[in-house]
Amino acid sequence: MTQLIEKAPPFGTVLEKRPPVGPRWFEDLRGRAAARFAQLGVPTVRDEEWRFTNVSPIAAAEFALAGPISGAADRLAELAYADASVRLVIVNGRFDGTLSRTKLLPAGARAGSLAAALTEHADVVQRYFGQVADFSQRAFAALNTALVQDGAFLHIADGTIVEEPIHIVYVTGADGSRVMAHPRALVVAGAGSQVRIVESYIGATSDAYFTNAVSEIFVGENASVDHYKVQQESFDAFHVGSVHVHTARSASFASHSFSLGGRLVRNDAFAILDGEGGDCTLNGLYLSDRDRLVDNHTTIDHAKAHCGSHEVYKGILGGTSRAVFNGKIIVRQDAQKTDAKQTNRALLLTDGATINTKPQLEIFADDVKCTHGAAIGQLDDDAIFYLRTRGLNYAESRDMLIHAFAGEILNRVRIEPLRDALEAELFEQLARDLAEVDARNSTASQAPR
Amino acid sequence: MLEIKNLHVKAEGKEILKGIDLTVNTGEVHAIMGPNGSGKSTLARALSGHPEYEVTAGTVTFDGKDLLDMDPDERAREGVFMAFQYPVEIAGVNNAYFLKAALNAKRKHLGLSELDAMEFMALVKGKSKVLEMDQSFLSRGVNEGFSGGEKKRNEIFQMALLEPRLAILDETDSGLDIDALKLVAAGVNAMRSPDRSFVVVTHYQRLLNYIVPDVVHVLSNGRIVKSGGKELALELEARGYGWIEAA
Repeated sequence: MTQLIEKAPPFGTVLEKRPPVGPRWFEDLRGRAAARFAQLGVPTVRDEEWRFTNVSPIAAAEFALAGPISGAADRLAELAYADASVRLVIVNGRFDGTLSRTKLLPAGARAGSLAAALTEHADVVQRYFGQVADFSQRAFAALNTALVQDGAFLHIADGTIVEEPIHIVYVTGADGSRVMAHPRALVVAGAGSQVRIVESYIGATSDAYFTNAVSEIFVGENASVDHYKVQQESFDAFHVGSVHVHTARSASFASHSFSLGGRLVRNDAFAILDGEGGDCTLNGLYLSDRDRLVDNHTTIDHAKAHCGSHEVYKGILGGTSRAVFNGKIIVRQDAQKTDAKQTNRALLLTDGATINTKPQLEIFADDVKCTHGAAIGQLDDDAIFYLRTRGLNYAESRDMLIHAFAGEILNRVRIEPLRDALEAELFEQLARDLAEVDARNSTASQAPR
Repeated sequence: MLEIKNLHVKAEGKEILKGIDLTVNTGEVHAIMGPNGSGKSTLARALSGHPEYEVTAGTVTFDGKDLLDMDPDERAREGVFMAFQYPVEIAGVNNAYFLKAALNAKRKHLGLSELDAMEFMALVKGKSKVLEMDQSFLSRGVNEGFSGGEKKRNEIFQMALLEPRLAILDETDSGLDIDALKLVAAGVNAMRSPDRSFVVVTHYQRLLNYIVPDVVHVLSNGRIVKSGGKELALELEARGYGWIEAA
């Protein structure tokens, strides 16, 4: 007689055994998130939003909640971009005071542990936490909200201009065990304020681990937030990260996402332009190689009139890797005079690499301007030949073209040392991919290039 | 300097050059004229090493070395320059950056020290005067948003910077108005020297009023059918190409 073995619900034990963290309202929210996750379950490829990205290996791996680790300091010492005078370090989802430095925060800016902020800045946290990261349809956001224990908290008071970038570094993993962390960030930029924030994700180990990150950013009236996400997880790690943004009237928000690491990566950027005259830029540059998968989904919701949005996502694919880009633009009925532009380009270095890309426009207003374009291709042979006739060899010519391709996104980074660090890391990783391409070409005994 | 013997070249499976013999001595300017389809541009592209042009027979010696055995970039570093008929636009590759890299690649090959940014800019300033190139072009992408005339001037400007031993101009005059033509010709003439040779491929005689050739060759159906002095160009202008093909 066959017995039906009921498959244990994903993360069931972890959710059941989660320790309480904060005040009543917070625990209620977490409880609702846990219940919602139980209903939604881990997405499958039958879900439209996850069609090309199979995340079942994440549940199957049965990651345990990560505890504290030693050795994070060593990893921080290896960071290519380490210039920020204000740095928050979150290790396996927990704020680490000894590795963080907050002394040079200007007056009007508060930065530190999210768990501590639950009591120290209770009013701000209660007012904003969970208000833009909607988990009703997003399982991983629900899981993060249910399991969140700590994270980064950043509050910029009205009118405060923060000159120096603030760096939040998330270190995840543990040698010798399969762990996961659910780091959270809450950023509130008051009216008329200005701040640049860098969020970096790195691994504490080369072993597999799972980072499930959620960041919420509220951009107040006439405020300006320049955000950078740098994903450099270990090459065996799983990263599911979402940035949820709410912009008020006349607010300006830009996010630049750089994805260089991870084995299976899903980046989501959601922006709701909820005040007239707002401006939102979402740029991305990613490198997918070996047999990795990098999936970028963006959603820009023009909820009010006279807002502008611009998106440029660029990917370089090598090996037998895969990439996904899905850019959704929603223009609500009252969002007249919307100006939305979306471009995504992919450069394929090998025949084995694949990208699936889809723009989605849902337009309900009638006086709008929405353009989108996608281009997928290989390096331009005519351009390479032209450069060679000027004396640059094949590798130099190819490098120059790839620099040009990536440069469009790199050159928009408004933090010089970060830009340089990203360029160096990208090209170091690319060098390996290109060497592989060259080796394959020469063994295939093609005519010498 | 350049010796072409019995050169046969195929493109897209079709034989275009059917046995070209041509000798260009150092310091000479040779014009290659001919009707459309005669193989003029094919000759230029084959000399530059374009991958889509297959040499099926013959030899090309440059300064005594086997040119056909060299990759396109090697030929460039050895001193061969090709001014394209349709220069490609390479957005995102900064003109200044690219030119400095190209120049330094050549200097390295010749055992010279590389130029730094300041030295390079000083050199550029001097060379861009003759062609009336606006300095702003340096910060733009290669040929990005350039008009046809600007692209051709940029080709000659690059030539001036790289100081080749042999410059091949592939229909540099096509699409130019008389003012642009004069500028381009002035740029070329400023580079004429006893150590430098030019192969000027052109359909129209007009350019040769400004860049006066030493020898004129007429290409027809993949072969050089007539060679002469500069008067030959004038005769072609008066009589057209028909009488040559009839011969």
